[in-house]
Amino acid sequence: MQYMLLLHHDDTPFTAASPEDQEKMSAPYMAYNEALIKAGAMVSGERLRGASSATTVRVRDGKTEVLDGPFATTKEQLGGFYIIEAPDLDAALGWAARCPSANYGIVEVRPIWPTR
Amino acid sequence: MAAGAEQARAAAEAAARQSYGRLVAWLSARTRDVAGAEDALADAFAAALSRWPETGVPDHPEAWLLTVARRRSIDQRRRRMTGEAGQAHLRLIGEELEQEMAREKFPDDRLGLIFACAHPAIDAGVRAPLILQTILGFDAATIASAFLVSPATMSQRLVRAKSRIKQAGIPFRIPEKAELHERLSAVLEAIYAAFAEGWTDASGAESRRRNLASEAIWLGRLVVDLLPNEPEALCLLSLMLHAEARRPARRGPLGEFVPLSEQDTLLWDAELIGEADALLQSAGALDGIGRYQIEAAIQSAHAARRFAGRTDWAAIATLYAGLMTLSASPVVAVNHAVAVAYAGALEQGLALLDAIDDARLNEYQPYWAARAELLSLVGNAAEADKAYQLAIGLEPDQAVRQFLKRKRAAVSSK
Repeated sequence: MQYMLLLHHDDTPFTAASPEDQEKMSAPYMAYNEALIKAGAMVSGERLRGASSATTVRVRDGKTEVLDGPFATTKEQLGGFYIIEAPDLDAALGWAARCPSANYGIVEVRPIWPTR
Repeated sequence: MAAGAEQARAAAEAAARQSYGRLVAWLSARTRDVAGAEDALADAFAAALSRWPETGVPDHPEAWLLTVARRRSIDQRRRRMTGEAGQAHLRLIGEELEQEMAREKFPDDRLGLIFACAHPAIDAGVRAPLILQTILGFDAATIASAFLVSPATMSQRLVRAKSRIKQAGIPFRIPEKAELHERLSAVLEAIYAAFAEGWTDASGAESRRRNLASEAIWLGRLVVDLLPNEPEALCLLSLMLHAEARRPARRGPLGEFVPLSEQDTLLWDAELIGEADALLQSAGALDGIGRYQIEAAIQSAHAARRFAGRTDWAAIATLYAGLMTLSASPVVAVNHAVAVAYAGALEQGLALLDAIDDARLNEYQPYWAARAELLSLVGNAAEADKAYQLAIGLEPDQAVRQFLKRKRAAVSSK
């Protein structure tokens, strides 16, 4: 099965950090990526730019409304995602627990709905 | 109905539920689709429940169920009625299961299914109902009446839980050693919840709820059979058997409530107590100590009254103190305080009761009843009366309420 791991966390400490510190903060993610690839579990994964760069769009009555900012105004924002291959939920939860974001944010695990 | 016929009917029903549970577990372990497995077998199971009491249990009950399931599906296909989910299972039955059946022993996947039902990703409140439905084949209406919720609500919760198992990919297996302890405790908790629901109906007036206690014991036995070296599984069964052994003594001839301390020990089921104590002893030889082990030991200490003629409250107080360090809860704290008081330290017991700081106790009948009892023992009739009044107001069971009213009258007449 495939699962999406949605990484929610407060991204302000990272955006405020110096480039050197940002590199240090990214190191655990590099190691995590390696582990996923080695285990053959990595399908894809990306980091997102900060929530302050988000724009939301909706169309109502044929009219497009564009708004500045993220959809939800919570401190913990979607900061990145992985799509992984795992035999079952327990394996996916195991990967979620190893994700660096789980230590300071929340990792949501969602099964992919196969439509093709 | 004659007692013999009644027994035959019960045996046939148990066999039908046993085979049904094994087949549902086998099918859903391979497809993760519990609802589909139930659909595929529903008609055959209903036929077994109605026919086996008359015809007797067939030699190969699982094969009987499968044959009927397939025949029904052909009938239904003619009428274009069978659901798609059930179809996939019926194909499985045709191709794969027959080979399995040809082998000597049909594999038992029920424990894997139980672990899936009690998975941390399943809402804790629906785990026990889910196990009762998938393993024992109870319908949603029966389970709903036992858990005192509306059939529509229960059926919705069960459907949602089953689709969650399928969509989230919850595995059907016994967890690895590192996780087993925690996951097993969720399974045991669900079984205990089912037992407690059945236990509430002391008089057995509601047959559905009383059956729930025996079904929980049956599940407890199943887990012990499949995991014989897990002390907490042994001790949960021991605990339930101890409680069940006292059922005949819990009500007087007129249906009146009889508290444990006044029960006629001759009415206790000696055979069940013996089995319960043996389980506790086997668990003692294994590593680790858990809450059910201590709770079973407390029950065993109460059961010892039938030989000793008195209750060793000091030992029970020590056990409750141990239980508090393992699983602190206001309920355990109340029991501990009462045991300390009965062991001779009345004032200390009362002080311990006073010291428990938990708002939930305001609505907990046994807390007020215990408080009233201890207050009356130290001669504080006025406060005891108030506490009895609160306990009576909180108690839903008519027989227990009558008992508390008698106690209250005795205090105020002093």
